[in-house]
Amino acid sequence: MTINVHHVTRIEGHGNIRLQATDGRVEKVLWQVPEAPRFFEAMLRGRSWQDVQTVVSRICGICSFAHSLASIKATEAALGLTVSQQTDQLRQLAFGGEQLESHVLHVGYLVAPDLAGVKSVVPLVSSHPEVVKAVIRAHRLGNEWMELLGGRRTHPVSFRPGGFGKLPTEKELGDLKGRLMNVVQDLKLIAATVTSLAGKLPAFERPTEYVALTSPGCYTFYHGQIGSTDTPDTVAVERFEEIANEHVVAQSTAKWARWHRESYAVGALSRFKLNHAWLHPLATTTARDLGLTPACCNPYMNSVAQVVESVEVVEAALELIDQLLTRGIKAEPLRPVRPKAGTGVGAVEAPRGTLFHRYTYDDHGVCTAANVCIPTNQNHANIQKDFEALLPEVIDEEEPRVRLLFEMLVRAYDPCVSCSSH
Amino acid sequence: MKKLRMAIFDFACCEGCQLQIVNMEEGLLDLLDIVEPVEWREAISDQSEEYDLAFVEGSITREEDEQRLKDIRQRARILVALGACAVNGGVNRLKNAPDMDEVRRCVYGNSATMPHLATAPTKAVGEVVKVDFEVRGCPMSRREFTYIVRCLAAATTPVVPTYPVCVECKLRETVCRYEFNEVCLGVVTRAGCNAPCPAGGQWCYGCRGLVDDPNVNGAKDIMDKYGKTVADLRSRMELFNSVEARQCQGQ
Ligand code: SF4
Ligand code: SF4
Ligand code: SF4
Ligand SMILES: [Fe+2]
Repeated sequence: MTINVHHVTRIEGHGNIRLQATDGRVEKVLWQVPEAPRFFEAMLRGRSWQDVQTVVSRICGICSFAHSLASIKATEAALGLTVSQQTDQLRQLAFGGEQLESHVLHVGYLVAPDLAGVKSVVPLVSSHPEVVKAVIRAHRLGNEWMELLGGRRTHPVSFRPGGFGKLPTEKELGDLKGRLMNVVQDLKLIAATVTSLAGKLPAFERPTEYVALTSPGCYTFYHGQIGSTDTPDTVAVERFEEIANEHVVAQSTAKWARWHRESYAVGALSRFKLNHAWLHPLATTTARDLGLTPACCNPYMNSVAQVVESVEVVEAALELIDQLLTRGIKAEPLRPVRPKAGTGVGAVEAPRGTLFHRYTYDDHGVCTAANVCIPTNQNHANIQKDFEALLPEVIDEEEPRVRLLFEMLVRAYDPCVSCSSH
Repeated sequence: MKKLRMAIFDFACCEGCQLQIVNMEEGLLDLLDIVEPVEWREAISDQSEEYDLAFVEGSITREEDEQRLKDIRQRARILVALGACAVNGGVNRLKNAPDMDEVRRCVYGNSATMPHLATAPTKAVGEVVKVDFEVRGCPMSRREFTYIVRCLAAATTPVVPTYPVCVECKLRETVCRYEFNEVCLGVVTRAGCNAPCPAGGQWCYGCRGLVDDPNVNGAKDIMDKYGKTVADLRSRMELFNSVEARQCQGQ
């Protein structure tokens, strides 16, 4: 058996699957990343603190809010800026929009075709019209939600160190609330459809270390410390280099990471395993209906965890909007900033997992050093380890089936490959 | 009318411009009446030998990518550069430095000399192959993309604005960012985006490229009025227009 998938389709960026086996003996099993590296950490040197978010947002078109928010948190930490509760809550609200948009895009447009046995979402428009319409509506809502809070749906412009350049009105937040209440029906339909197709997900289990931000009492995407299923202790985000241990391997232009084991996983499944106790009620029920349990070690179930999180972010957003409207939106103009030398870290849970940015500024607020560690970097080694465990299990199956199982495994991680070769 | 066979390819970039195509939602379904995607790795699992319309997103940063791009050019009747990365190199040009080895070391440390991490100075698509049309912006605008595709399907030449972003910004009645003591590049940047950045609470950072004849003196009047220097403008101009930023060094 020889399988060479040169550039896996329906993922972000370029990755290859290389498998070779003779008489049931594995000879080669590789997850390769040949993506052109872009050198963002070098590009940031010499940039003003005011322009850093503009640059790093371009690391990833699909999670530009995650990069922008991690970036602004890092710059604020470095310059010693604090923000109001209103700013903090509006950012969390904005970020929910990106989780919904990204998860629905992944599950609805990229994973669903595999479950239905087709090559793209296009045939599903006629075979599954109702659920495709629900996917489109939920995806568009995610986008318009982002646009309202971030000023634009890709590469936001409203988030600024210290606060917001433009605030939503109370009326706009009220309208968003109404639309969020309506999208719950669509999410229920999507979840029911995924439940009916979940049997198509391979029953493959490989326990690994699962890592996510954690903050007791909250299913967090925006605050918290680094948690792991391998240790009860959490680690401050300022020490992220010590847990990620990024290193270069010959099969990938994107760095790999490892902590307690040879590899670890980040993303929706990791967040669910660490933080499930704090899901909102409907998200908890959705997880139960989908058969997702905290003991799950099946990487293919990451897409299912994304469905649960899509419900979670809508419930959390409804709560945030109520709190914001009860207090009323206050103008809060940006205050002048006096730059100072310093270093700061910002961390968030991007849709695909934990994201870290570190910047050092000189006393003119010019960036002199940067380090960015991306979720997919932290997943690459884990994908490789999954490959190594999966191939012996399926080695006797037909080649097209093996190829599909490996492609589906890569897609399950929702990898952002060009992001990881930043 | 025969549908245009459309393909989308990406090089070094964030893939945010492709995402704008997905973000058209139902608008994308309408577009499928005039184009047929035959190769689009991010969305479909098909491949094709020839295309009427090839969209190329991203910058060219490696020898092997130049070859891949030339191959695409040979198969494509019309080639369109999609987004700032493809049109002029976008933010990727920020990495261009006299010493590329130092740039590699900055990111990859002791591993920097490994052959698979090789990189060359960033090029725009048009520096490697002939480009027939451009869709500017970072990200490109969905409206302009649709307009250009419809023009090409109807074999007409798209017309895009050549005046500065300020014109669109004033039409929207956005409060000028200079009133907030900020430096905005709208005065020298090509319009066509409808000035979303000032409206969203930030300055224009010039992602659509500069107007053909940037009125640097006009910009200078504004700089003087608000107590800014052309140097302030230049550092921001480097983000998406580093070549021009260096050229205006002396002024
Ligand atoms: S032009 Fe901007 S949005 Fe488009 S691919 Fe390049 S960085 Fe991404
Ligand atoms: S905000 Fe910028 S684009 Fe708008 S009018 Fe002022 S300078 Fe021009
Ligand atoms: S306002 Fe400026 S930065 Fe914003 S999209 Fe238009 S050209 Fe680009
Ligand atoms: Fe990095």
